[in-house]
Amino acid sequence: MLTVRVIPCLDVKDGRVVKGVNFVDLRDAGDPVEQAKVYDAAGADELTFLDITASSDNRDTLFDVVSRTAEVAFMPLTVGGGVRKVDDIRKLLLAGADKVSINTAAVKRPDFVKEAAERFGSQCITVAIDAKSVAPGRWEIFTHGGREATGIDTVAFAEQVVSLGAGEILLTSMDRDGTKAGFNLPLTRAIADAVSVPVVASGGVGTLDHMVEGVTEGHASAVLAASIFHFGEFSIAQVKAHMAAAGVPVRPVDGGTAAA
Amino acid sequence: MTQSKNVVIVDYRVGNTHSLERSLKRCGLSPVITSDPAVIEQADGVLMPGVGAFGPAMESLMETGASAAIRRFVDSGRPVLAICLGMQLLADEGEEGGHHRGLSIIPGRVRRLAPPQEHSKIPQIAWNEIMPVADDWRETVLDGLQGRQMYFLHSYVVDPARPEDRVAETDYMGDCFCAAYRSANVHGVQFHPELSAEAGQAVFRNFVRLIDETAQKNDI
Repeated sequence: MLTVRVIPCLDVKDGRVVKGVNFVDLRDAGDPVEQAKVYDAAGADELTFLDITASSDNRDTLFDVVSRTAEVAFMPLTVGGGVRKVDDIRKLLLAGADKVSINTAAVKRPDFVKEAAERFGSQCITVAIDAKSVAPGRWEIFTHGGREATGIDTVAFAEQVVSLGAGEILLTSMDRDGTKAGFNLPLTRAIADAVSVPVVASGGVGTLDHMVEGVTEGHASAVLAASIFHFGEFSIAQVKAHMAAAGVPVRPVDGGTAAA
Repeated sequence: MTQSKNVVIVDYRVGNTHSLERSLKRCGLSPVITSDPAVIEQADGVLMPGVGAFGPAMESLMETGASAAIRRFVDSGRPVLAICLGMQLLADEGEEGGHHRGLSIIPGRVRRLAPPQEHSKIPQIAWNEIMPVADDWRETVLDGLQGRQMYFLHSYVVDPARPEDRVAETDYMGDCFCAAYRSANVHGVQFHPELSAEAGQAVFRNFVRLIDETAQKNDI
């Protein structure tokens, strides 16, 4: 049975986890590799690293983190943040990323998505979109961590990058991010219904029901969360048990046969 | 014998083979990543990795002479495990980014996923179940893995010409495609065992067993 992915997200700065998990038994809680191991063992379906290092000076640190993570984690790894050139993607893939996520660079120059997809295949090119509500039923793209408005309509932009070869959309609601008020469901559903590639819902998860709603009402193919995992509020197993009980098919944490 | 097993990951010079290498190391192997025809032909087992696009990968195989070496290796009867794009490259022809000839080791063609369901999504990026087609998985890399979930990351699939070569199917939004292929010593999987946690590791352990069994037969 086709299952919905549950994806923890780690913000990484200068090779260290900024918002991380408060796992008590970690030798080094700031080490993304240690956290990746824990999520791997916990049954996460993918792991996403977002590099929020401000300058490009420390990019080599990220490649090292990606390669050490790929060494220990037996699940797919998506890496994003500061990806501007085809060569950035090549380096991340060579370091061990399975998918690379493009954000600001796709807004500035949508053809970059086309070049990336032609070179590496659509399946490994994710476009990360940060959107804010500007009017009922209308969402605008923001860049630079939600500070800069672009005037670009989110639905139109999502359709555009998919037509250029994006294989997945990582959709974050800037209104909801960090609020624990739940995904922006109308936004998620508008994008998921508009495009022919999987949409990962992100931003706002605070309860187990929110994860379910992202799929049943938002029509997302995957749900991503940071805070609820970081602060140890819920485990991957709890999220999956809750989703399964609500009728959303998930890969069981014990690795056994599918349950829904 | 276990220590001297010589396993090759064919290098198409297009992408990341880290995860595959790491998974094989965990099985006690020391894989060599190469496109050198002589090294490929000497191997006890060959892996075709699952990263990159069809056209550039085929070009690389032709340029390096690896394509002919892979054909000779297959003729030798030693086991091949081809993953995702690797399996597609073994088919007769592909349609990713234009029409391309494959290696014609797997009779069949590569097509794009075509789920009939409304709001269907391509690529498939998901954990999905492998369902038996062949009655018996003992002689395949899927031994003991009935009903398990594997990680898929693909837009294209192989349609084998001979129905009996289909070992497992996966249902993606109504498109039931060939998730695992086997004909004699040629094994193919559309999913990524190297990204499929413990279930994926079991695929590689099964492959190692097949290498050992072949080597034993050849010793006798």
